[in-house]
Amino acid sequence: MIEITGLDKHFGALHVLRRLDLHIAPARVMAIVGPNGAGKTTLIKALLGLVRSDAGSIRIKDTVVDGDVSYRAGIGYMPQIVRFPENLSGQELIALLTHLRGSTAPRDEELIEAFALGAHLRKPVRTLSGGTRQKLNAILAFLFQPELLVLDEPTAGLDPLSSSVLKDRILSVRGAGRTVVLTSHIMSELEELADDVAFLVDGRVAYVGTLFDLKHMTSQTNLERAVAVMMRRGMAA
Amino acid sequence: MTTTLKVTGYGVRNLVRSRWLLVYTLFFFAAAEGLLRFSADGTKALLSLTSVVLFVVPLVTIVFGTVYVYGAREFTELLLAQPVRRSQLFTGLYLGLAVPLAMALGAGIAIPFAMNGAARAADAGTLAVLVFAGAALTAVFTALAFLIALRVEDRLHGVGVAIGVWLLFALFYDGLVLLLVALFADHPMEKPVLAMVLANPVDLARVLLLLRFDLAALMGYTGAVFQRLLGGWTGSILAGAALALWVAIPVAIGQRVFRRKDF
Repeated sequence: MIEITGLDKHFGALHVLRRLDLHIAPARVMAIVGPNGAGKTTLIKALLGLVRSDAGSIRIKDTVVDGDVSYRAGIGYMPQIVRFPENLSGQELIALLTHLRGSTAPRDEELIEAFALGAHLRKPVRTLSGGTRQKLNAILAFLFQPELLVLDEPTAGLDPLSSSVLKDRILSVRGAGRTVVLTSHIMSELEELADDVAFLVDGRVAYVGTLFDLKHMTSQTNLERAVAVMMRRGMAA
Repeated sequence: MTTTLKVTGYGVRNLVRSRWLLVYTLFFFAAAEGLLRFSADGTKALLSLTSVVLFVVPLVTIVFGTVYVYGAREFTELLLAQPVRRSQLFTGLYLGLAVPLAMALGAGIAIPFAMNGAARAADAGTLAVLVFAGAALTAVFTALAFLIALRVEDRLHGVGVAIGVWLLFALFYDGLVLLLVALFADHPMEKPVLAMVLANPVDLARVLLLLRFDLAALMGYTGAVFQRLLGGWTGSILAGAALALWVAIPVAIGQRVFRRKDF
């Protein structure tokens, strides 16, 4: 699904991605983990074309990410936090994105129902609670049935019920053959969702493989401890 | 093109509903209404209103604009992750801010004049020039606000820069010009001063308006020079064209910065 080769990025003197290589297989959930400043956000933003790399290439399906924007019609992005325009309603935001994507495909409204969000979509965003805004953020990512979902800390700010609704949805779209790339600080959540893990340290992939293999390799029984072992090794290296 | 219009449309819708824009409209409404009541005639009211517009529009536009662009940062990122070209998105975001601000100004000023029937033929032309100059200043300072918010990462610092730019153009500039004239008193200064007027959008708007009142000498040194050298239509056309450049150049630079920026 995604082939990243030799991806390199500087922000001024900061070398954020160092010739990073990563293959993300289709119809799987890939978790990007790593310590703060490892380059997770930059990697995700490079996938979306928000950040331009200095060198290397990203291929998503058959398209090389190089300035042409049409490939993004196949991506649903859920940022960590969005401040939506305060005086627009959820429905208006949906209409705007529908137009921008030129999408005529049937919409995935399952999340709207599962979150029981229908009535809230008619209200201006400024009247919605933080959790409801985050649900709106999730809906917008799933709505257009994208083949690739990029989710940055998707359950942050959601109550336990909504969080499990969202996790169920992630697993069900994966089951339907779509690919999910996500980050999270909640290791138990990744353990529930992820098939594969890419562990980033200092802008490189220090480990990539299945969740099972990572635990096995570090002789740990859960992901949190396995990642902690990796981080200690990363610091020692 | 339709992408640009769509983004503009939602920007306008969002701002038109904001309480803040209502306050901005009411401010000009109250100023125009008050000046009309307390001035002997429409022309004098327009003259006073000119000072208000030249002072308030750049300040509010650049400060509000900078804060607004920072606030829209994350939503802009979400829009950038959609299949849209950056250049179209930038134009849409820019117009979505500049258009409602200019509309608020135009409505706030024009309605009281229409209500009072003060828009007689002579004043109607000046009123139109005032609204046009205010809209042009809105366009210029919105573009500068985008440039600041795109180039300066830290929000507080960015707002500081915005206030600094306003202070420079609206307050210090005329003083600097006078200082230069005093320093080079032995030299012919008219042409350099003319060039300096062209380099300040607030001065350009002032000149454009004061040429209509025949009072340029009353409002700043630069205005007086402009009128002496380029009274009448030549001056108006030159000032209008220079203002247009003052919109086009920052917008073009903003486009370029936006297209290349890492978000």
